[in-house]
Amino acid sequence: MEGPLALVVGILIATGVYLMLARDLLHYLFGLILISNAANLAIFITGRLTRAAPALVPKGLEVPPMPVANPLPQALILTAIVIGFGLLAFALALIAQAYKVLGTLDVDSMRIAEPVKPKRKKSP
Amino acid sequence: MSWLLALPFLIPIFTALAAFPARGRPLLCGSISICGCVLMLGIAIAIMILVETGGPRAAQMGDWAAPFGITLVADRLSAVMLLISAIVGLCVSLFSLSDIDEKRVKLGFHSFFQLLLAGVCGSFITGDLFNLYVWFEVMLIASFALLVLGGDRIQLDGGIKYVALNLVSTLLMLTSIGMIYGLTGTLNMAQLHISLATVDNPVAVSALAVLFISAFGIKAAIFPLFFWLPASYHAPPVAVTAVFAGLLTKVGVYALIRTFTLIFPTDLGFTHNILLGAALLTMLTGVLGAAAQYEFRKILAFHIISQIGFLVLGLALNSPLALAGSVFYMVHNIVAKTNLFLISGTAQRLTGSYELSEIGGVYQASPLLSTFFFIAAFSLAGFPPLSGFWAKLLLLKASMEQAAYLVAAVALITGALTLYSMSKIWAEVFWKDHPKSYCSNLYEIPRTERLQRLLPVALLAFITLGLGLVPEPFIDYSLGAANELLEPREYLDAVLGEGSAQYTGNH
Repeated sequence: MEGPLALVVGILIATGVYLMLARDLLHYLFGLILISNAANLAIFITGRLTRAAPALVPKGLEVPPMPVANPLPQALILTAIVIGFGLLAFALALIAQAYKVLGTLDVDSMRIAEPVKPKRKKSP
Repeated sequence: MSWLLALPFLIPIFTALAAFPARGRPLLCGSISICGCVLMLGIAIAIMILVETGGPRAAQMGDWAAPFGITLVADRLSAVMLLISAIVGLCVSLFSLSDIDEKRVKLGFHSFFQLLLAGVCGSFITGDLFNLYVWFEVMLIASFALLVLGGDRIQLDGGIKYVALNLVSTLLMLTSIGMIYGLTGTLNMAQLHISLATVDNPVAVSALAVLFISAFGIKAAIFPLFFWLPASYHAPPVAVTAVFAGLLTKVGVYALIRTFTLIFPTDLGFTHNILLGAALLTMLTGVLGAAAQYEFRKILAFHIISQIGFLVLGLALNSPLALAGSVFYMVHNIVAKTNLFLISGTAQRLTGSYELSEIGGVYQASPLLSTFFFIAAFSLAGFPPLSGFWAKLLLLKASMEQAAYLVAAVALITGALTLYSMSKIWAEVFWKDHPKSYCSNLYEIPRTERLQRLLPVALLAFITLGLGLVPEPFIDYSLGAANELLEPREYLDAVLGEGSAQYTGNH
């Protein structure tokens, strides 16, 4: 099961990188979202996959009687999803505001912070 | 005991919570923020005394024993970073009283500022890789907010680049953490030190090391990955830039140092050569970039990059002396760099602009401010007897010991070019007459504002002088920190219990 999922991670990252190479900021953000999902999926796979065995300990026992799925990566992914959601939502809001204020989403024309031809007046 | 180690991030979080409802009243809100920073300073000093007397200390959160729970660890490096963060936090929160306008305070400036400090301190004290990721994110989201707070055009423009590139670093870090868990089954840094040595897959370990270099390298702004920094650091109000310049990139460097002394002590030639090359190029590109700039804050921003090169250089040389140089350099640099940005803000207040061609005459108008600039700037350039001289001397000596003459040459050239930039600022801003009108005097601004602007600057300049005139205790401390980093037995014992270090094999 790990193999096909690893392939999915690869496809997600390839698609994400392709989108991020675009000049349009919205494409860039969609690329980031895809790669963020790919990262989460990759963590999931690194915990090794176990089918149909949730990490539950029956009453009266201290350890589960048979091998169960590794719960730690799942906890990590939950944290990462929440954080990623926050960051990407912020990025989307920022891009929306930038479009409103700067009037463009084309990164090549965003040169306010770094003007193309800075003033180089030498002082007398 | 375990609470003490949690306080460095709990205090700022609670201060942020307390400051948020008070944001409508700027003075009260600012006072809460300053009180929080004073409290933090006290805690940082307590932790430093504890670590200095009894070696590294660990606290297991929720009493889950390492390596299963989240561990907080304070060793000499963490302690000194916490202390210096508290000092920077205090100075900048004081300065922000006059620098941050009411609109931004009402939007919650002080809360975001405290959250930023929480993220920074959390990163310094955690002993768990995933927890480090979480603190990085806290720091990152707070820095996003601070950067675009107020929503000026230039802020949004710089903010977009900052956010876009830092999110990539976040994803890289998350992926590499996942991979290292897959290889070793643990995320506790001390346990990783032991477990990673037993992994029989050199290709995967090397790939991981490079992933970590790229992830932390973006945060630290090392050579090919620094483009977000000059694009954004001059956009926000100068108090924000000062705290960013002082702390943010240094957290990246701290993470690099921690990772490549504790987690990846093996495979030195490969990763450390990459780091060495990156460090040298960072030093040169940063300082050359600065030479081409004619705006006060942009020059300083490029110098942040070139100084990062020095910090990484100490790590790449990987000897006790070199690492001690890195630690000392970090402290010196945080103080001097924060101070330079604060001074640039006050100079702008007096002269009306950051463009070198449009301003001047500060030396005549306020010799006091000029003296403070002189101390900070020439310390940065490495003039004896200021702190930067000793920091550079340690690194130069370390590179000479390893017969790395090219490294020494690059460091010296960088120092000379730093001097060029600093004298450029000195000549343009301080010496020459104001080209248009006249430069206002410090005594023309209201008394409270004058105090709020000068007190932090004076404190930081005083620390720079102290580090320079009495360097010996600080160098001894840095050597102690470097030895702890290279011989992590005490660190492992503190985290995993006595005797755990015997499994570490040859290290």
